Amino acid sequence: MNNIIGINTIRFFILLLVQVMICNHIDLFGYVNPYIYIIFIFLFPIKDQRLILLLTSFILGMLVDIFSDSGGVHAASAVTLAYARPIILKSSFGMLYEHQSIKFSATDIGSLISYISIGTFIHHSMLFSLEIFNISNILLILKKTLFSSIFTIILSVLMIILFSRNKK
Amino acid sequence: MQQIFNFVIRNKTFLLFLLLFSIALALTIQSHSYHRSKFINSANFLTGGVYGTMNSVDQYFNLKKENNILAEENKVLRELLFNKNSESDSTFIDSTFSKDHYKVTVADVYKNSYSATNNILTINKGRNDGIKEDFGVITSNGIVGIIDNTSNNYATVISILNTKSSINAKLKSSRHIGSLTWNTESPNIVQLEDVSQYAPVKVGDTIETGGESSIFPKGIGIGTISDFESDISGDTYTIQVKLFNDMTNLGTVYIIENLNRSEILNLENNSNE
Repeated sequence: MNNIIGINTIRFFILLLVQVMICNHIDLFGYVNPYIYIIFIFLFPIKDQRLILLLTSFILGMLVDIFSDSGGVHAASAVTLAYARPIILKSSFGMLYEHQSIKFSATDIGSLISYISIGTFIHHSMLFSLEIFNISNILLILKKTLFSSIFTIILSVLMIILFSRNKK
Repeated sequence: MQQIFNFVIRNKTFLLFLLLFSIALALTIQSHSYHRSKFINSANFLTGGVYGTMNSVDQYFNLKKENNILAEENKVLRELLFNKNSESDSTFIDSTFSKDHYKVTVADVYKNSYSATNNILTINKGRNDGIKEDFGVITSNGIVGIIDNTSNNYATVISILNTKSSINAKLKSSRHIGSLTWNTESPNIVQLEDVSQYAPVKVGDTIETGGESSIFPKGIGIGTISDFESDISGDTYTIQVKLFNDMTNLGTVYIIENLNRSEILNLENNSNE
């Protein structure tokens, strides 16, 4: 149990630092940034601890907000993702989720990619609609959501595969 | 009463989500109004420290470029100095009445941002260095933005690449003024709006600060006209301005304090009443 808490705490701070020091400054094609801190929410233990997940994702989002001067957009979208996570889990993993026996390092890659893609899309569309906050710029919102989502999904899947191999 | 408790316990996840989400939403809405993001900003001890460490590593990669910029600026300043000497020979300056109008402070950019719609920079000078809200920020090439929040050692700057910012600017060739805004499309191009249709607008002309806002001194370069078109109503021009500054690569900036600002604001307030 302590081990799980420890791993998640370390993951929290490493992802936060990587996000604010590296990923916020990539600016591919001028505006595309990956938001990889949501890996923390994806990999949070499955067992029924939704209140803790909500609170920690709020704090994580808030810290990213403070670093990037964006008001509360990251906090809002991280909380939304954390709240929607059980639904996404159920739709991508099906029976495995019912038995509460998902191991992210051992699942097949298709379910993992669909889980991360749906989650990233929900998070990013929330993020950019709040950041731009102007319905007349809907094309800009969609464009940013699409490109950033692709970038985030690729990075997240790669990182999850890369780092879960090591623990075996 | 029992039923209320039951309801709360049954829906505790949803209620917590709702609470956290509304806090975040409130902070977002607050941050979308000018000069209101008091609580959540990167001018504080924690973020300043992290960005400071990062900057001290990052600086070494840009040393050569930074040196070239400084050498270039030295050249310009030296030219100004020599030319001024020869001019002031003929004019008499009464030193009792001449007084500095602007105070300049040097600062490093700790966090630059240009890809969002509301870009905010963090710099490493704050209240301890006498920096306050609404001071102007420029580089040797042109304007950068206006100071927003300050902490003891850090400050945030509302960049000109921000949909909230609106800075007074004018054509160099005439005195027609307009306000500088940004349409979020490119970090090199800003828009000068509400320029009178009588203004002699030509592609390639220089745009500079107007000196009416009491934040920036008059005549600081902003950019050149790359394109212009009439408004729908036909009364005004909207001008596309290509910036002198490369906003994606900012190292050292200068903060300008207008020492007469409070006097000007007082006077304007009095005449408004």
